[in-house]
Amino acid sequence: MTTATPPAAPAAGTVTGESPQVVPVRRYGHWVATAVIVVAGVLLLWSVLTNPNFEWDVALGYLGNGQVLHGLLVTLMLTLVAMVVGCAIGVVMALGRESRNPVVAGAAFGYVAFFRGTPLLVQLIFWFNLAALYPVLTLGIPSGPHLFELDANTVITPMVAAILGLGLNEGAYMSEIVRAGLQSVDPGQIDAAEALGMRKSQVFRRIVLPQAMRVIIPPTGNQTISMLKTTSLVSVIAIPDVLFAVQTIYSRNFQVVPLLITVSIWYLAVTTVLSIGQHFVERRFRRGDNRLQEPSLLATVRSGLVPWRRSRPPGPGEPTEGSRR
Amino acid sequence: MSDAAPTPMVEARGVHKYYGSNLVVKGIDLTVAPGEVTCLLGPSGSGKSTFLRCINHLEKINAGTIRVAGELVGYREHNGRLHELRDAEIAQRRSEIGMVFQQFNLFPHMTVLENLVEAPVQVRREDTATARERGLRLLERVGLADKADAYPRSLSGGQQQRVAVARALNMRPKLMLFDEPTSALDPELVGEVLDVMRDLAADGMSMIVVTHEIAFAREVADTVTFMDDGVVVESGSPAQVLGDPQHQRTRSFLAKVLS
Ligand SMILES: Nc1ncnc2c1ncn2[C@@H]1O[C@H](COP(=O)(O)OP(=O)(O)OP(=O)(O)O)[C@@H](O)[C@H]1O
Ligand SMILES: [Mg+2]
Repeated sequence: MTTATPPAAPAAGTVTGESPQVVPVRRYGHWVATAVIVVAGVLLLWSVLTNPNFEWDVALGYLGNGQVLHGLLVTLMLTLVAMVVGCAIGVVMALGRESRNPVVAGAAFGYVAFFRGTPLLVQLIFWFNLAALYPVLTLGIPSGPHLFELDANTVITPMVAAILGLGLNEGAYMSEIVRAGLQSVDPGQIDAAEALGMRKSQVFRRIVLPQAMRVIIPPTGNQTISMLKTTSLVSVIAIPDVLFAVQTIYSRNFQVVPLLITVSIWYLAVTTVLSIGQHFVERRFRRGDNRLQEPSLLATVRSGLVPWRRSRPPGPGEPTEGSRR
Repeated sequence: MSDAAPTPMVEARGVHKYYGSNLVVKGIDLTVAPGEVTCLLGPSGSGKSTFLRCINHLEKINAGTIRVAGELVGYREHNGRLHELRDAEIAQRRSEIGMVFQQFNLFPHMTVLENLVEAPVQVRREDTATARERGLRLLERVGLADKADAYPRSLSGGQQQRVAVARALNMRPKLMLFDEPTSALDPELVGEVLDVMRDLAADGMSMIVVTHEIAFAREVADTVTFMDDGVVVESGSPAQVLGDPQHQRTRSFLAKVLS
């Protein structure tokens, strides 16, 4: 079956006698688990593929449908914009929470508490109906001259309501993620940078943020993947995202299950691409940290598939990515 | 030597510092002439680090004045009142004072050479090529020319501390502050860092060194200052303070450190 890997050549100076062969522990539990999972997987796949009710030809046929593709584009765009808005708000609110001014810190705290504490669906519908509360948006002195006046119904389009709802909500979560990242940076780093004469803004941009990124990126990747699916909520305010598109189609032809499969395939495909992207971004921000070097994505997958071929941690003398730069 | 006393490199008068309601520096006077090496000794918690951090305004003092090369570091004097300087102005004055920390505090996301080049380029707006070239010469001087492209975490403690010294020197400071630069090092690595500091002192750098290395103080210092509980207990030449201490507190401290 498996041949034991020969032990490393003995270092110079040690006794070079007969070195005994090393037989690794046989992990029978792993083999049983693998067998059970493979059998269950094959059975599940077989039933899904052969059950005619899934109507795979219909599901696959709609993958390239124009309306679906357009909806997918809307979903991707919304995810991107909401995450950008969320990250920007997150950084501002994280800095606000750390402010020495108690009013600023309190306001940032209140923001996070409010937007995390109410359901996103409620917030979306609220923004959508803002015109009912404030029919006219003005900036100026109350009952005095106005700088400008806008009709709320024309400004708060469904798309604006969606971006406001998703972005403001995401900002509350991102602020906690950014804050944890900032707090993970050793205060000695700030001392050292300030002692070199760097201004506070330079210290933040050049020293603190790049190091905080290592802590910020992984949960932000998760947030992005989660946001991709959360955007499906906007179908309630009639935004033609990918879910809304398939709902429109199956309300006409009643092919509910195949079209839900269509949309699931698209969501899965995009989340997979995002996960791979996340892996590379994380690696980029781990520069200089030779304790946390991970094997490549392919190696991870390969060693994960074969239970008895474990990836070996790099030995002390071996080059790591940090030292190779 | 000219007749008129030169402007002292550091002149501290009546420095007080509170942490909350806790007074940790209780009226320190200290003068360091240009090119002079002062070693600060004292038991743990006596306020040595705090005082050192006040010199480059990493901590704000509550009373007294500190002048570096004749200038107040964090303030401007105007009509007999002290006006706190803005962040950019404080940063500018700090950039002339190098500091080396017990925990090295190298930037882990940058290579050794990037650590050296960062401040000259960001703070002084030097061009990268000039800063790199001078950085490489400094690395050679501390014996680490071959580590320019390594990341800090792959270096030993002694190597990291030598990089930290080179990083501070690449700003061409007038004054160097050392806060227990060898205390976090394995005993066999202490010597290589002290060698670099000895070399720097011989080169005429003004230095304040907080240390427990009595032999280094005896050999390199022009002045040894002994602090306890936030005040200077005694100060003088190494021969005086280390060889013939006048105060009981100094004697018992030396007895503990030297045993
Ligand atoms: N950031 C801080 N906040 C509150 N108290 C502090 C702070 N830093 C230091 N202190 C207190 O101030 C006193 C002096 O501390 P300091 O670090 O200056 O002593 P030290 O002489 O450098 O000691 P050591 O040899 O242990 O480094 C101690 O009692 C310490 O607890
Ligand atoms: Mg200290």
